[in-house]
This record gives sequence, structure tokens and C-alpha cells, in this order.
Amino acid sequence: MKFTLSWLKQHLDTTASVDEITYALTDLGLEVEGVEDRGAKLADFTIGKVLSAEKHPDADRLRVCQVATDEGEKQIICGAPNAREGITVVVAKPGVYVPGIDTTIGVGKIRGIESFGMMASEREMELSDEHDGIIELPSGEVGDRFVDWLAENDPAKVDPVIEIAITPNRPDALGVRGIARDLAARGLGTMRPNPVPEVEGAFVSDITVSIDDDTRDGCPVFFGRLIRGVQNGPSPAWLQDRLRAIGLRPISFLVDVTNYFTYDLNRPLHVFDADKVAGNLRVHRAKGGEEIAALDEKTYTFQPGQMIISDDNGPESIAGVMGGAETGCTEETVNVFVESAYWDPIQIAYTGRALKINSDARYRFERGVDPAFTPVGLDHACAMILDHAGGTASSMISAGAIPDTSRAYRLNAARVQSLVGMEIHESEQRQTLTALGFKLEGDMAQVPSWRPDVMGEADLVEEVARVASLTKLKGKPLPRLTAGVPKPVMTVKQRREQIARRTAAALGYNECVTYSFIDQASAKLFGGGDDATMLENPISSDMSHMRPALLPGLLQAAARNQARGFADLALFEVGPAFQGGEPGEQHLQVSGLLVGRTGPKDVHGASRPVDVYDVKADAEAILSAIGAPAKVQIMRGADAWWHPGRHGKICLGPKKVLGIFGELHPRVLEAMDVKGPAMAFTLWPAEVPLPRKAGANKGALEISDLQAVERDFAFVVDTEVEALTLVNAAMGADKALIEDVRIFDEFIGGSLGEGKKSLALTVRLQPKGATLKDADIEAVAQKVVEKVTKATGGTLRG
Amino acid sequence: MDDLKSKYLTQIADAADEAVLEDIRIAAVGKKGEVALKMRELGKMTAEERQVAGPALNALKSEINSALAAKKAALADAALDERLRSEWLDVTLPTRTQRRGTIHPISQVSEEVTAIFAEMGFSVAEGPRIDTDWYNFDALNIPGHHPARAEMDTFYMHRAEGDNRPPHVLRTHTSPVQIRSMEATGAPTRIICPGGVYRADYDQTHTPMFHQVEGLAIDKDISMANLKWVLEEFVKSYFEVDGVDLRFRASHFPFTEPSAEVDIRCSWEGGTLKVGEGDDWLEILGSGMVHPKVLEAGGIDPAEWQGFAFGMGIDRIAMLKYGVPDLRAFFDSDLRWLRHYGFAALDVPTLHGGLSR
Repeated sequence: MKFTLSWLKQHLDTTASVDEITYALTDLGLEVEGVEDRGAKLADFTIGKVLSAEKHPDADRLRVCQVATDEGEKQIICGAPNAREGITVVVAKPGVYVPGIDTTIGVGKIRGIESFGMMASEREMELSDEHDGIIELPSGEVGDRFVDWLAENDPAKVDPVIEIAITPNRPDALGVRGIARDLAARGLGTMRPNPVPEVEGAFVSDITVSIDDDTRDGCPVFFGRLIRGVQNGPSPAWLQDRLRAIGLRPISFLVDVTNYFTYDLNRPLHVFDADKVAGNLRVHRAKGGEEIAALDEKTYTFQPGQMIISDDNGPESIAGVMGGAETGCTEETVNVFVESAYWDPIQIAYTGRALKINSDARYRFERGVDPAFTPVGLDHACAMILDHAGGTASSMISAGAIPDTSRAYRLNAARVQSLVGMEIHESEQRQTLTALGFKLEGDMAQVPSWRPDVMGEADLVEEVARVASLTKLKGKPLPRLTAGVPKPVMTVKQRREQIARRTAAALGYNECVTYSFIDQASAKLFGGGDDATMLENPISSDMSHMRPALLPGLLQAAARNQARGFADLALFEVGPAFQGGEPGEQHLQVSGLLVGRTGPKDVHGASRPVDVYDVKADAEAILSAIGAPAKVQIMRGADAWWHPGRHGKICLGPKKVLGIFGELHPRVLEAMDVKGPAMAFTLWPAEVPLPRKAGANKGALEISDLQAVERDFAFVVDTEVEALTLVNAAMGADKALIEDVRIFDEFIGGSLGEGKKSLALTVRLQPKGATLKDADIEAVAQKVVEKVTKATGGTLRG
Repeated sequence: MDDLKSKYLTQIADAADEAVLEDIRIAAVGKKGEVALKMRELGKMTAEERQVAGPALNALKSEINSALAAKKAALADAALDERLRSEWLDVTLPTRTQRRGTIHPISQVSEEVTAIFAEMGFSVAEGPRIDTDWYNFDALNIPGHHPARAEMDTFYMHRAEGDNRPPHVLRTHTSPVQIRSMEATGAPTRIICPGGVYRADYDQTHTPMFHQVEGLAIDKDISMANLKWVLEEFVKSYFEVDGVDLRFRASHFPFTEPSAEVDIRCSWEGGTLKVGEGDDWLEILGSGMVHPKVLEAGGIDPAEWQGFAFGMGIDRIAMLKYGVPDLRAFFDSDLRWLRHYGFAALDVPTLHGGLSR
């Protein structure tokens, strides 16, 4: 919403400075977005006087003028027909930028004679479209700045334009008068009266209006007057100035009047060329499919139920949104029908959204204009038309009735204290509300018809508080819920998320936060991409589906980094993945991705390509950190995006998968443009069982002082036999005595022959009661060999 | 006897290595060494002679043994020194590389915010990112026709043919979590809701996903003055300054009444933000007293309970505090950016240790 200072002062009698006004506006909730100083671009133009004007010896139309300026007498060549001796003019000296012609003036020679500047027209200074000649000022001293003269004599041309942001609850501030009312309530001046004009109805309009019964809820009331014999044409300069200042293009007087009152009093109007209206006007609902060519030169098709104003020829206006081109006013219009109606905000909002029309009328009607002002606004417009364009007006015609929006809420003065925490005396509260247009009867506040947003007691508090200024609010400590040291607030799930994240970072991974939506092709590679997880209105096809997993986002990140020349990557993310499109069909994942080498090549020869055992170690470390049991099963048969032979599911039982690690399928990498191989893990922290015990007690540590003994074994087994099978079998040989079993060597093929491998393991025996004797050790060793050979079909390697 | 002493002490002093030293030991104090032979001669002496010669021989033996031990130690030291002299490494060579992992600024700042509000008794509530339009809009006093709905650039989920429910939305703010939390726990309550939110907007300063933290405190007599104090404490603690002016500006949000936008005093000297000084104001959050209709939607009786709510952008306050210029880079996963703006694994923000280093 834009307005000029002088426009504001038409409604507000104030001596406040622009700074005071803008501060108050922002503080009142009408946030100032900008103040345009229109005088700034004219700051260097000065006033001069033409001392003499002689015809240019070599050009009939040019004159050689001697001009008095602040820098003495200057010679200026001028082509304007009105350049003559004795007139007071505006001079742009060399070096001055002239905005209307986008040129900086220099010293030049015109047909052989030197010229030291230029005398400007209004258009050249972007004051109007006037370019018939140079400006002739009726007053002004040579050498004075032109902007100062304008500020003194024609302030509307250069006074500041203030732009404010209007929150959806304040339609009343979409009119300059409403803004003035807020400032007056704040104490920045007093409201000037805006009396209801007297419009004499000389005849009965031959155009009538009807509202269909099923449309009364959308158009409760419609007023109009027919004005005959007007002379349309360009608007008077003051009106053009105002519209231009706020960025509107003057069109013709009749149209400009409607735009003016839209901004001045928040009263959108429409003017029909009465001679183009066939028969009477009827407000009704669309059947669907009707078409209208609107004023924006586009054709719209109505959907069933939308409101139309029609005549005998069909739709002539998209009710409350935009008029039709067919019956629009032109320079030639002589008989005009002026419409002022009240439209239901919700229905206008839906129609405007459906037809994708953003007009000033829709913007205001959908926020809510003052219904009681409907006929008054009509007469403001009619009076202005009669004043400037002549003609005679009909009596007011109407259909429907002004909706009753009267309501009152109790002003509880103590509520301001309790809700806001400010001490404001009741008399001041009442004064504020009165200044805003509320009528107080006892402790009941009657809401003014222009404030559709006030719907309860809390709104009264808000009005009082914002006018009193929330800036003055003093903070008051919020007492703790409980005395003493605060309790921890995080849930187990939240702590797991944090620990998983920090463990991954400690393991050398860089945390990424990638978008929750990805392209369908990538989603499909990871089991997603179906309609349930599809966005209806994605901003691009790259972001069309909710991600089924974190890995596709990490792979895309890896591809981008590879393209930038970073080949060795360790990336991870902790975040939600979506298995469906319903609320709650999401789950937390922790995913890590390794590509390239463990590091750049180094003098120690430590760098090597990343492998499955890297991600296995990291997955195990994170699971351990978040409290997963040490004893797990490693199973196979994970989803298709894993390398079929190089992955493992970390499980507690066949259905309880805590995580998966492995190499990603080469086909997936190819599809996602990632140079592989790539190792990855995904963990599901929610699957990790909650700790069973309550309390922090770790229990007493039982340790034996007796020396532990280690024995090594090597077994020859089939290559498909898994190491974990050997470990579990060996562990089972003597559960009391065997503390740990570690695989320390693997050897495949060679002298063992095809399909065979040797696995070597260390068994650690920890005696508890008595020192182990050779015979004890021998007995356990025997059991280990027995168990392992039985479990694997292998043999002890000799 | 003095000759003997000087002879061996000289030999010991001149010994070049341990082998020579051993030969000397055998020759001097070995079983058949010269001193031992002299000892044997004691028997042939008179009692008086023996009383003089005996202690003298013992002293000689002990002196030679000490000299041998000292020389042996000196030789070992010299040998070690010699070895160490040859054991020179170029310690300027680089080490085996270790990856340095990092925590994303969004995670770090979320933890900072949590630490501060936890101290004030706020717990952390979470909710679904896909939600119904009721939780995202209606329950927050944003009915279907409300201009705020259109202005929020909402992402909608696809609806299957024949499913006539209103489409679900990607939450446009974390406010639906407030409703779900009120439903679950009732009043009194103090929560913050951090998390990702979505709006269909992408340009220099907008990304289709960003992060918010909202706060909610409901009790019998919580006022906007309490809100101001909480936010003052938060801003001071978060930006790690001793004091900061907050400016409450009247505004409007459908879910709060009265509503205020909150600015903090700051300066932008040389393009660097300094909070708490200067003459500029920076808008950092929106807030207000929870609208009675919102309390009702959450199943809380507005006649009995009241409270405040606020919301701010995590990414935004991260940018302000840590000088990150571009929001879009947060989600680009550029390794250089992650390393530069990321935080070490053990930099856990705490109030006792400090939020940042």
C-alpha cells in the first residue's frame, strides 16, 4: 500500500515529520517498507530567468538565450516554442542528470553556437507527460533549488511516497483514511472531517439491478447511480499526480475516480459505459463455461458458482474481481453507471484464486471492505464525477440490504495487564478504542463496520496494546516450572539422534542436510517414487517426490562434489525418510556414504580404496554408541540397491533390522552419475531396543586376577562359510571360560584348492576360579575344534 | 698398592668398549685377578701387617668395582647417544591422513537453541513433516479462504483419484507440532519445536525447504511481558553478548493475538553483524499471545489458560551468528562449505561450557 505524505495530510491534520510518521506506522503494525524521496532526482535543478532570447542564426526553431543562473549569466540554446525573454525557468547545468531523457547534460555546440545547459520541461523531470514547452514558473528566485520551490508551491509533486506492508487482518488500512485513523489514535494529529457528499438524484435510472436469490450470500447489497452527460477525458493534474505517485497509470477520469477511491477510502468501484449495457444488470452465479473478456485484455471462463454481473448480452463483470472490456468506460463515454457493491470475502478469495486474477478489487474485497460504507462510497465517487465531468445523476438504485455486522465485546481493562503485561489506565484504553471508531457503551465496545478482524475480547486487547506501543513493553522473568536445577528435556530418541550424528562426525564423516524431495527416477532406485509420495505442485521435476531414503540425496551430493574435483568423500545425513504420504509415514534414518580412497596418497602408503569393512566398522560404532546390543546377526538379502554379495543386514532376529552396510549396486551408481565403487550404511535408530534397566547404576565389575590364555586355531572351510559361524561355534565351546573369539587371518585358494579357504582365530580363555592347567586348555581346545568342524563341515588345518 | 690402583684406574678410564672393560675386570678383581692374588697373600702376613693391608685391599677392590660400573654406564650412555644420533626423522613429513568429520550448522544451531530453552524449562516436541491441512492451517486459525494460505506457497501432496479428502501439505511451519503437542499433553506446557519446513519458493534468499524453531508456553498467567523476557534471554545467550535491546512491533499472525514482530538492535559495520550495538534493527522473529481459537483447537480452554508462541528461522539465525552469506548453500553439500562452516564432533554446545568456541 502506497500513499504520499500530502495525501495522508488530506485526512490527517498533523505537524509530524516523515520520520515520526514512519516510526509510528511501523510500531502500530503498519510496517513501513520504504520511503521514496521523489525530490532527490531533481536536487540539482535550479531556477533561472531568461534575460534575452534571440533566434539562432542557423536554425529557425532554435533560440539563443541568455539565462541568469546561480552561477551567473549563461548562454543556453533552446528549441522550446515558449522560450522567451522574461520567463522564470528550470535550468539543468552541465553535469546535471536529467531523468526523463536519461542524459547527463554537457557543454555542447548546437549549429555552431555553444550551449551551457538546458531548460527543462515537466516530462524531462518526470513530473508529468507535459512536453509542449519548457516550464514557466509563476514565481521563484534565480539560483534557488527547484525542489525547494516545488515543496513550497506544489508539494504533491515531490512529497515522499510511503509504502507500507498490510497484514491480512487490516483491510481498513488499505485506504489512506484508515491509515490516518491509526495515526490519530496514536496521537500524531487529528482526523479531518470527510463529510458525506450530497448527490441530487435528478431522475430515475433506466438501468436497474437484481440479485438472484442464490447469490444473496455472496452479494448482500448492490448500489448504483446512472450519470448522464458526463465529459470524460484526462483527469485533473492533482488526481493524475496522486495516482502516478503510487505507481498507477492515469487512464481516463472516470476510471481514475474508481482507482482513487479504492486507495483513498478502501472502496473499490466499477464504472460501466451505460450506453453499452443492454437492458438491466443481474448479479447471479455462473453455470460454468461462460466467458468474459476482462479489462486486463484476457478472456476468462467462469466455473460453476462464481459470481457474475450480467446484462442482456451476457457476463459484463467478474463480480468483485474485475470488470469486463465490453462495457468498460472510454474517453467517449457520456453516460456512466457507477457500481458500489459489497461482496463476500471468502467467495471473492476463491474466485480470484481460481481465475488467478490479482486485482486491487479482489485484494480488498477478499480482506473485507466496510459494508456500511457501500452507498457512501458511491456518492463520494458520484460527487467527484459531477464536479469534474459534469452531467446529472439519477437517484440511487439498490438491491439487497447492507449486512448487519454489528457486534460488541466486553472491554476488560484488567485483561490488558494479564495478557500483555502493560499498565494502561482504563480511561486511556477507552480513549484509544474510541479514536479507532469503537463505540463504548458501558464496558461494551461496539466494533466499527470497517474492522472485520475484531472478533473477540483478545482483539480489543490487541488494539489497545498496539496503539499504546508494544515497544514500551518491559520484559518480565518467566518463573521456572520447578525450583532448582532443571531436569533434562530430551527424549531417548532425540538423544540417539544427537549421539548418532556426533559419532558419525567423530568417525570423519561430513554432515549434509539435503532436500526432503528428490526426482522420481532417483526415488525409484531406492524403492520410492510412487504416487503416494508425489508432490502435487513441485517447484521442479528435480524435487517431485518425497525421498524414500537418505542415500539418493547423499549420492547426488557425492556426484556434485566429484564434478568439482573431490573424489574422496565421507558424507552422512540424519533425517526423515518417507515411506508414504500420510502424516507419520516417515522414519528417522542415519546414512553414511564413502567413495574414493581413505585419504589422499601419502608417504606412509596408508591410503587405500574404501571398502565394505570401513562402513561396517562405522555402522557398528554408531549402533554401539546409541546403545545397540553387541551381539547381532549379520544377514543377507537386502534391497536391490545394494551389491548382492557385498552387504550385510545388522539384525536382532530376521525381522528386526537395525542397519544395513555394504557396497552400493553399480547400476544405481551409474544411474546417478556417481563414480564408484561406493560404500554406504543406513541405520534405523528407532529399531534399537530401549535400555531395559532404569537408573545409571552400572553394577559392580567382576574381574579375575588370574592370567588369561590365548590359543590360535586355523580351519579349512568352504569359501561360502561365514566367519561369524566359526566365531559363534567357538564361543559355544565353553561359555564360562571363553571370553572372546577373534578372526585374525583369512587365506583363500592356493594350496587349499578351489572353493576352500582357511580362517584363523584366536580364542581367549579367562579362568575365574583357578589357574588353567595344560589339561584344561587341551580339553577346551578339543571342544572348540569339535564345535567348529561340526558347524562348518571344515577341518582343523594341520 | 698405589701402583696397582693407578694402573687399573688408568686402564678403566682408557677402556674403549665393554669387552675391554670386562678384560680389565677379570684381570683386576676377577677370581684370579691381581687383587685376589694380593688377598691370598694376606695369610702370610703378620697380624699387624694384615690389619693395615686387609682394609686397604678391600678399599682398592671396591674402588675398582665402582670405577668399572661408572665406566660401563658411561659407555652405554655414549653408545645410546651414538645410536640416537643416527636415528633422525624428517618430522615435517605429513602424517597418515585422518578424515575430519563435521556437524552441519543447522544441527549445531538446533542444539544451541535447545540448550538455551531447556534451561528455561522448555522440552523438545517433534511432529510429522507431511501433515493434514487441518493441523497446518485450520487449527491455527487459518481457514481455507484466508489470504495467508495463498501467501504461504504451500506444497501439496498428490491425492489419488477418488480420495476426496483435502490434500495433505508439507508443513509450512512447525506450528502444527504445537497443536499436536497441546493435544497430547494439555496445559501447562513449555515446548520448542525445531525442524524442517517447506514453502514453494526458490530464489536468492529462499529455498523450498528451511528450518524453524517455534516455542510455546501455556500457563495460567503467562503474559507478553514474559515472552519478551524469554526472547531477550534467548537472544543474549544465543548471540553470546551481555545485553541486547529487543523491539516489539505490533503485527499480525492468524494464530496469535496480540502479535508482534521482534527486532534486535545491531550494527552492520563493514558487513559484519554485531548484535546489541549500533543503530540498526534486524527482524529476527514473529511472536504473540496464542489465539484463543488455537488453544481451543489444541483442546485447551482459553478461559482458563493463556500463553505465548514464537517462531524463527534456524538457518537464518545460523547465517547471522556464523556469517554464512547464502541460504541455498546450506543444502548443496559442497565439501568445502561443509568443512568451512561445519563444527567439530566434540563441539557440543552447552551453557556451562559455552555455545561456540
